[in-house]
Amino acid sequence: MSKRSYVEEALSDWMRGNGPDSDVVISSRIRIARNLSGHPFPLLATTQQANDVMEQLTSVAESGKLNEHGQFETIKLSQLSELERRVLVEKHLISPNLANESRSGAVMLSENEAVSIMVNEEDHLRIQCLYPGFQVKEAWGLANRIDDIFEEVTDYAFDERRGYLTSCPTNVGTGIRSSVMMHLPGLVLTQQINRILSAVTQVGLAVRGIYGEGSEALGNLFQISNQITLGQSEGEIIENLHGVARQIIEHERAARQRLLDESRVRLEDRVFRSYGILSNAMIMDTKEASQRLSDVRLGIDLGLIRDVSPQVMNEMMVLTQPGFLQQVFREKMTPEQRDIRRAELIRNQLQRKTDHGGV
Amino acid sequence: MLCQECEKKPATLHFTKIVNGEKTEFHICESCARERGEGIPGTSNGFSIHSLLSGLMDFEPAGGVNTIGAKPQQQLRCDNCGLTYTQFSKMGRFGCSNCYTQFGSKLDPILKRVHGNTTHVGKIPKRTGVQIQIKREIEELRRELHQRIEQEEFENAAQIRDRIRELERNIADV
Ligand SMILES: [Zn+2]
Ligand SMILES: [Zn+2]
Repeated sequence: MSKRSYVEEALSDWMRGNGPDSDVVISSRIRIARNLSGHPFPLLATTQQANDVMEQLTSVAESGKLNEHGQFETIKLSQLSELERRVLVEKHLISPNLANESRSGAVMLSENEAVSIMVNEEDHLRIQCLYPGFQVKEAWGLANRIDDIFEEVTDYAFDERRGYLTSCPTNVGTGIRSSVMMHLPGLVLTQQINRILSAVTQVGLAVRGIYGEGSEALGNLFQISNQITLGQSEGEIIENLHGVARQIIEHERAARQRLLDESRVRLEDRVFRSYGILSNAMIMDTKEASQRLSDVRLGIDLGLIRDVSPQVMNEMMVLTQPGFLQQVFREKMTPEQRDIRRAELIRNQLQRKTDHGGV
Repeated sequence: MLCQECEKKPATLHFTKIVNGEKTEFHICESCARERGEGIPGTSNGFSIHSLLSGLMDFEPAGGVNTIGAKPQQQLRCDNCGLTYTQFSKMGRFGCSNCYTQFGSKLDPILKRVHGNTTHVGKIPKRTGVQIQIKREIEELRRELHQRIEQEEFENAAQIRDRIRELERNIADV
């Protein structure tokens, strides 16, 4: 296993599309923020201080202490090209923030890409567990155990009253961010999405687009996460997210059923129209690709399209991102060239999957 | 903080809108937001919900702490990393874990605003947090002790009292 495979292979476990409730929930993620006591946070650290932290933390993976949770490889961000870093961002293995801060940043990745441990992001340590489908509790269980492994050998910055001390006051306390990536075309099409999402924000949860802060929700994908990290226990935080997400899943399924019952032909038209465009278009920008892929994914989940697997859709949602596209075709492209290559890649994928009767 | 639109209901949505580098802040209530079609994803020209968080990072509580104390506030500086409180409120980031102690008294309103809370109740580090674990256990037992006494279960109460004493001795020993 080398850094090459993380960059070149499209499929992380979370993209396989086979987790529980994966007709609505694409992935579940837990992120825990931790810092070492006595060291300045990455934002203010000198290169020497940041390197000290990096050595101390990466030595945990090298000592084999993480072994029972997989085979880990440590990748220093300085070893990666700008494009390779972008690909890791598109695969959700590192944050955009870490990709930009390549000075003393590192990531420890598990072989199946379910765990990525970021060093010198905004905080010294960010443990991320990413599971396919609706598995928030499972992801928390794993993140919690990995946290214990680091805590055994490093002194965390912890305060009795404030909890785990983080660079940003929005993370202090538990340092935990739990989130689910949901595909909600039914709620969007039936125009219930605003009501539901505004209700979600009222119970202390936040809603974001697919690549987190600074991006819009493309392709009917919404990331729901906890906003509060202080004054609630990890259990309460996760239970809250879990309960709300469970309700959204049910609403989404009901909305899809309603669409089938009340406007089946219009829905079919939308799905097959998008399928036709994806299979034939010569130029396709990110925005249109996301929307069309969302339509086809909905068609697959409703059984309207049977010869394409949901896995292909998850894969394509990642593959058609700008960084990945340039990696696949091994060339640097202008946005227009990318739109042409994107269309080509989607056509080929759909062609291939139909020829072989799906995966 | 009251909604800046209707000035009646409490503002629950806080936005920071940046147009051409110019920052404008909005504090509005749920119903005004809905009326204006802002702040809710899926509506055209609306703010996106992810900007809510940056809205929450508007640090000075209403009234502005800085204006009350005039100049001494300027001097507040972390003696470990050198970050001043003014820098902190601009960046929204601490420089080191010691900043939490140095800016201590000023943090409660900020944390209250972001989290609705100021005190951690979650996980405690296993190895370095032993003392805190014990303290928490004692607090819990004290609450139980009160209950037992109120319910006149004195035998149980005595047992709990002994357990508390034992834990307190442990803390003194560590
Ligand atoms: Zn109002
Ligand atoms: Zn400091």
